[in-house]
Amino acid sequence: MVDSLADPLLRVEKLVRRFGGITATDNLSLDVMSGELHAIIGPNGAGKTTLISQLTGQLAPNSGTIHFAGRDVTRQPAYRRSRLGLARSFQITSLLPDFSAIDNVAIAAQAHDGHSFRFWGNARKEIHLRDAARSALTRVGLEARADVPVSELSHGEQRELELAVALATKPQLLLLDEPMAGLGVTESARMVALLKELRREVTIVLVEHDMEAVFALADRITVLVYGRVIACDVPDAIRNNEEVKRAYLGDQHVVVAHV
Amino acid sequence: MTFPITPRNIVAALVVAGLLLLPLYSQLTGNIFILTLFTRIVIFALAASSLNLIMGYGGMMSFGHAAYLGIGGYAVGILAFEGIGSGFIQWPVALAVSALFALVIGALSLRTRGVYFIMITLAFAQMAYYIVSGMSRYGGDDGLTIYKRSNFGGLINLSNRVQFYYLCLGCLFGGLYLIWRIINSRFGLVVQGVRSNEQRMQAIGFHANRYRLVCFVIAGTICGLSGALLANNTDFVSPAVMYWTRSGDLMVMVILGGMGSLFGPVIGAIVYLVLEELLSQFTEYWAMIMGPLLLLIVLFARGGIMGLLGRLRLG
Ligand SMILES: Nc1ncnc2c1ncn2[C@@H]1O[C@H](COP(=O)(O)OP(=O)(O)OP(=O)(O)O)[C@@H](O)[C@H]1O
Ligand SMILES: [Mg+2]
Repeated sequence: MVDSLADPLLRVEKLVRRFGGITATDNLSLDVMSGELHAIIGPNGAGKTTLISQLTGQLAPNSGTIHFAGRDVTRQPAYRRSRLGLARSFQITSLLPDFSAIDNVAIAAQAHDGHSFRFWGNARKEIHLRDAARSALTRVGLEARADVPVSELSHGEQRELELAVALATKPQLLLLDEPMAGLGVTESARMVALLKELRREVTIVLVEHDMEAVFALADRITVLVYGRVIACDVPDAIRNNEEVKRAYLGDQHVVVAHV
Repeated sequence: MTFPITPRNIVAALVVAGLLLLPLYSQLTGNIFILTLFTRIVIFALAASSLNLIMGYGGMMSFGHAAYLGIGGYAVGILAFEGIGSGFIQWPVALAVSALFALVIGALSLRTRGVYFIMITLAFAQMAYYIVSGMSRYGGDDGLTIYKRSNFGGLINLSNRVQFYYLCLGCLFGGLYLIWRIINSRFGLVVQGVRSNEQRMQAIGFHANRYRLVCFVIAGTICGLSGALLANNTDFVSPAVMYWTRSGDLMVMVILGGMGSLFGPVIGAIVYLVLEELLSQFTEYWAMIMGPLLLLIVLFARGGIMGLLGRLRLG
């Protein structure tokens, strides 16, 4: 294959997902190239989370296909897609509340380090798992909070932990669903700085309402409205796209215009 | 491994010491009854501990766990009845049949969650109950008398009260050690992770149900061992040991002692069976006292007795 370098890492074709009368994903096609940071924006209820959930396998599409790294994964369960190198963070924090921060990350590393039908040895004493977990925690700035139970972490820390968990699976493609949601100004800035670093190592799909962050980070932006792609282009082109401006009439219109 | 001095650990250590010394006390005071009672308690403690593995650590509310008591017991009883008296055959068969039953029931039940899981495990256990009730060759409803306890050659004599007690206690401690290793292993962390947040575990790459199923089989197998011990203890096995109320008793022991605490079910079994014994001496309506007592524990002592102890501070 001559043009294999230009093959997208992720190819979504004609994806459809309905909830009763609502079409949350409406004949959606999308390519994510290896190495890019691809942002997905759109008003509330546009179908961004629904799309991510279909990509990672929490939700099955009604029709259409998803190819990841050249493989058809449309019918693959979530755990298998994770093994292929797809990782996500959840918009609504989804961690193991009974576990400490480091245990949350270490178990993600464990999932990608051989099998877990080991019944005897103490898993918390497997040094390479602990080290992997610790370095992921350090990455997101949580190293000092390693032994704190998740239920005692602040909201911002839990958001950071979400990211550390995803990183610990050593993904090829990282799907982040509103990682800055609910973060304060300094926490947001830290997250942006972190994403700037990460984008050099891993392909990222970023769903985010924070337009400043999106335009600062994205190589390309896809705009979703009512489950449909209304535009997909580089940030400058999106900024000047009339249809996007119309879709964003209201308070967010101002933000887009100003960036 | 370190054991900090906490109220929980002190109580656990005292209980272990008490259980170890009980035959001595019974000998010195000539109180045989207490040894008989505690043999039964130790056997149920093992069964409750196995239930705790799936219920407390795995989040699987099985309402059919007594089925394995019956399966382990009937494996011993039927083989004895057919002239195979060796424990070296009876006991492995008891474990293997329990494991197989758990594998089948688990594979079918674990497609469901929540109340449905409770109901379907209950239904399967009741099915097993009716099946053994219908085995007329082996006594049907009336049960099966076991004329000779399992024979382990010269190794141990199960008809000797003290030896049998220590065998049961050894099985309990062995079972607890096994469970302790499991819950701290890779496998155990996965099972607890799935209890905590299944979606998250799937998303990071675990096929949740596969781990659940293996855990379910391990618990069933351990409970099958309790069944083999129980049948030897009573020299009898009947469908009644697998009736749903027995499964309920086991659940109560786990909740009373403390779900998801290693030693909780032991405490639960002791408190439950001793209370049952004491209350039933005073009144035949002992269940009327036991019921509200349990309600209080469930309502006010989340985490059971071990949970309460965990909240106590020394000094
Ligand atoms: N499980 C579900 N059952 C029914 N409808 C759903 C379900 N999940 C999403 N929807 C609907 O699908 C549409 C898309 O929802 P989705 O959560 O994907 O939007 P979103 O773009 O992520 O929004 P937000 O920016 O608020 O996170 C909405 O109309 C929503 O109400
Ligand atoms: Mg969303």
